[in-house]
Amino acid sequence: MKAIVLKGLLYSKHHEWIKVEGDRAYIGITDYAQGSLGEIVYLELPAEGDQFKEGETFGVIESVKAASDAYMPFRGTVVEVNEELEDAPEKVNNSPYENWLIAVEIADESELEDLMKDEEYQEFCVKEE
Amino acid sequence: MSQKTTALFNLHQKLGGKIVDFNGWSLPIQYEGITVEHKAVREAVGLFDVSHMGEVEVKGKDAEAYIQKLITNDVATLANNQVLYSLMCYHNGGIVDDLLVYRFTADYFLLVINASNIDKDLKWMRDNQMNYQVEVNNVSDKISEIAIQGPKAELVLQKLTDYDLATINFFYFRDNLNIAGANCLVSRTGYTGEDGFEIYLKHQDAEKVYEELMKAGEKEGIKPAGLGARDTLRFEATLPLYGNEINEDITPLEAGLGFFVKLDKHSFNGKDVLVKQKEEGIKRRLVGFEMLDKGIPRHGYQVMSDKGDEVGFVTTGYQSPTLRKTIGLAIVSSKYSDIETPINIQVRNKLVKAKVISKKFYQKKYKK
Repeated sequence: MKAIVLKGLLYSKHHEWIKVEGDRAYIGITDYAQGSLGEIVYLELPAEGDQFKEGETFGVIESVKAASDAYMPFRGTVVEVNEELEDAPEKVNNSPYENWLIAVEIADESELEDLMKDEEYQEFCVKEE
Repeated sequence: MSQKTTALFNLHQKLGGKIVDFNGWSLPIQYEGITVEHKAVREAVGLFDVSHMGEVEVKGKDAEAYIQKLITNDVATLANNQVLYSLMCYHNGGIVDDLLVYRFTADYFLLVINASNIDKDLKWMRDNQMNYQVEVNNVSDKISEIAIQGPKAELVLQKLTDYDLATINFFYFRDNLNIAGANCLVSRTGYTGEDGFEIYLKHQDAEKVYEELMKAGEKEGIKPAGLGARDTLRFEATLPLYGNEINEDITPLEAGLGFFVKLDKHSFNGKDVLVKQKEEGIKRRLVGFEMLDKGIPRHGYQVMSDKGDEVGFVTTGYQSPTLRKTIGLAIVSSKYSDIETPINIQVRNKLVKAKVISKKFYQKKYKK
């Protein structure tokens, strides 16, 4: 089954999607990521105000089988956390692009340039197989 | 090291299995999903490829005496066609492996051992051969193994054989059974806490028998099940996994497996240490625990007391698919092993509250 990749989003090599709205970005995990993790049973997310550098772990995604880190795709400060997922982590499996994990204030927009567009990410996923 | 594949590898791919490296073996961790497969085994029937398991033949006039020396359980209690679960210990009481002993006759046994331990077990078995008149043959590479597990397992397997499976009792086996035209050894054993069978057969017959079982079980809702569900199922049934609940540094008594250690037996590797351990009191024990706050305990996480002292470690933990609770097994200092004792699990940088509960998480459904 081919993983869904949406147009208009940016993607990281750790399989996160990023939706930019002004100086804020919503970050979630891609369909490919949820598919390879399997059934998600718990999400450990940061608190509002937490600051992360690019590549730092901002949260942990627990599937039935294992715990996997979620990585910050660029430098920023957490401004909102999707608390709805705390009691319904399976939503990330069911609709990965509708359920963002955190919203972040982007520290430096130039860091977004390193992220992939949808076509590039699609190819990246094929190579990962 | 090149990856080893089983005779069912192509079939796993065809069935959509997600292949992972399991101790050098390319095996499916899941097909549809761990929870779905887990549920199929608890409520209907599931099919596992366990061909990676090791098999060792022990033949010769001293076979029984030799096995008696190697294992902690009492092989002399076995009748022909009976199976025994046991531990095999080093002299210091640490566990070399856990295994099944199949008795064909007094001078012919088959030992089924863990895939990851084959080399180490064989070395230990050969080191212990001394003057025993036995032949020890590693036949692991010649045998495929399929496990059919769940309340509907007998019904499905019966469709493929004329032999009355109801006559095979729990922990007994029959050899030379015709299953879908293939010559098989079938035992009423398993690693899920459900009724079921393990089928040993030649590689060339494995695909055919697996496919016939899938067809025969269609109406019953049979599902292929991967290593993921195998682990959650055995965990709920508190069946130990080598490398988690048991290893070279843990004795069977500490792991709560005293039932499989016959200390009144004449002599066996590790006996002196185990007798002493029992006399002096067991200082740490395997316990069950339930998480009281959010977080999933994983293998290797530290267990801490309320005072902040490290008092043990997690051996396995899951959000249990059957019980819908987050539970785990841990080896803890005996002072913390009573039911209801508050403990804390170090989940990354957070301490999460938990309490000791009975480790009989799931009532096993064996047909006895």
